[in-house]
Amino acid sequence: MRTLILLLSLFLAATATTAGENRIFLKDRPGKNQVVAQCAMCHSLDYITAHAAILDRAGWEKTVGKMIDSMGAPINDADKQVIIDYLAQNYGK
Amino acid sequence: MVDRRHFIKKTAGGLAALGGLTLLQRSGLAAATGNGQATIPDALPGKEALIKRTYRPPNYETPINYFDAPFTPNNQFFVRYHNAVIPEVKPGEWRLRIGGDAIRTPLEFSLEQLRKDFEHVEIAALCLCSGNRRGAFEPPVPGLQWGSGAMGNALWRGVRLKDVLAGAGIDKSALEVSLAGADSGVLPTTPNFVKSLPLAKALDQNTLIAFEMNGEPLPHWNGFPARLIIPGWTATYWIKHLTALNVISEPFDGFWMKTAYRIPKDRFPGGQFSSQETEMAMPITEILVNSLITNMEDGQTLPNAKAIEIKGVAWDNGNGIAKVEISTDGGGNWQQAALKQDYGRFSWRQWHSVFEPKRPGQYRIMARATSHSGATQPLEPIPNPSGYHHNAVQKITIRLV
Repeated sequence: MRTLILLLSLFLAATATTAGENRIFLKDRPGKNQVVAQCAMCHSLDYITAHAAILDRAGWEKTVGKMIDSMGAPINDADKQVIIDYLAQNYGK
Repeated sequence: MVDRRHFIKKTAGGLAALGGLTLLQRSGLAAATGNGQATIPDALPGKEALIKRTYRPPNYETPINYFDAPFTPNNQFFVRYHNAVIPEVKPGEWRLRIGGDAIRTPLEFSLEQLRKDFEHVEIAALCLCSGNRRGAFEPPVPGLQWGSGAMGNALWRGVRLKDVLAGAGIDKSALEVSLAGADSGVLPTTPNFVKSLPLAKALDQNTLIAFEMNGEPLPHWNGFPARLIIPGWTATYWIKHLTALNVISEPFDGFWMKTAYRIPKDRFPGGQFSSQETEMAMPITEILVNSLITNMEDGQTLPNAKAIEIKGVAWDNGNGIAKVEISTDGGGNWQQAALKQDYGRFSWRQWHSVFEPKRPGQYRIMARATSHSGATQPLEPIPNPSGYHHNAVQKITIRLV
């Protein structure tokens, strides 16, 4: 919990978040820290929750790949796999 | 630095605000999408509470009961961004730069010069997100799960793009005009939201650089101090906080033209952008004929009455709406709705119809618009990978008790 608060605080400080955005909490499972750290750098996490009923594992792989290849997200291969696994397991169709 | 105590306080405030949701949901602000996702009302500074799709970048749609007015008020107008860094532009410091390899003289304008040097033009036009109603596609398509409110009709005032470009001297090699705004991604590696238009569309007399919307300066969230108005084309080309126009001799090959906002070729009627077309795909361009019932929603229960009014709006790519037909029996019989005032061929057209139910019960209400071109709405949406152009005839079930 302490780590989570620290991480979230860091992310709040680093980006111009809105009050509403701070109400979004992703499922507390392995990989969450990487997801929050990497994805929330550029966008709110409702982009993830809104796709829970829509993307399966292949869909999440494609989406994370697009974020890296087209949107310039600096995510290394190890984190990429952790993020895809977390999204597919917790927000997969 | 945000400390721990402050963070906890903020979170507690957020939870308290959640209590207010129940109230807002009863007031009709909460709308359902086809995929049954919960929607959250939330207000951006200067805006009324709209339906929040994403916080950052901000994407908010207008509740359809706000579409009762011929022009959508500025503080209720939808908001759509691709990148999260949206600077508050100071009008005195804003500059529009005209460049590119296919002009003779690069130019730069202040807002004051733009207002003073060119003839002012006003046009009523619908601003419609390409992905409006994406949330109604079955099976679901990735992307923002918009309901029907990622659109708005407004009276735009500004100057013609062709007048502004004329002084730069357009070379005969000119092919496209690329369009860029002040907003950007958080990381320098993220592509800016840059689009392009075919030269002919850029020089169309109805293509404007607008600085006013419904008689007021553009709201920050809708492109202050100046944005492009491309009547009849979807809003992806209507660049906000416009800062740069480049007249170019080669097709613009940025992500937002080459990869995004594309549709399968030959699947949809109308629209051309030959310099950006491949054998298989082309950019989305012209708006398709469409309509929306605005005073009732699917699943709604209403008190039975002798006469029930059905109201809505209809629009197309600028040919104008010829007729709107309403069915109250699931498509068996159709009757023509009355069209209200015509504000010009790029504006949406309001319509209304009166339905006299013989008895209480369940009714299947449908609305179908036909354009002056003869084009009409299909019964099912045309499938496409990105979920654009949802213009199927709306079918809603209401219960009269």
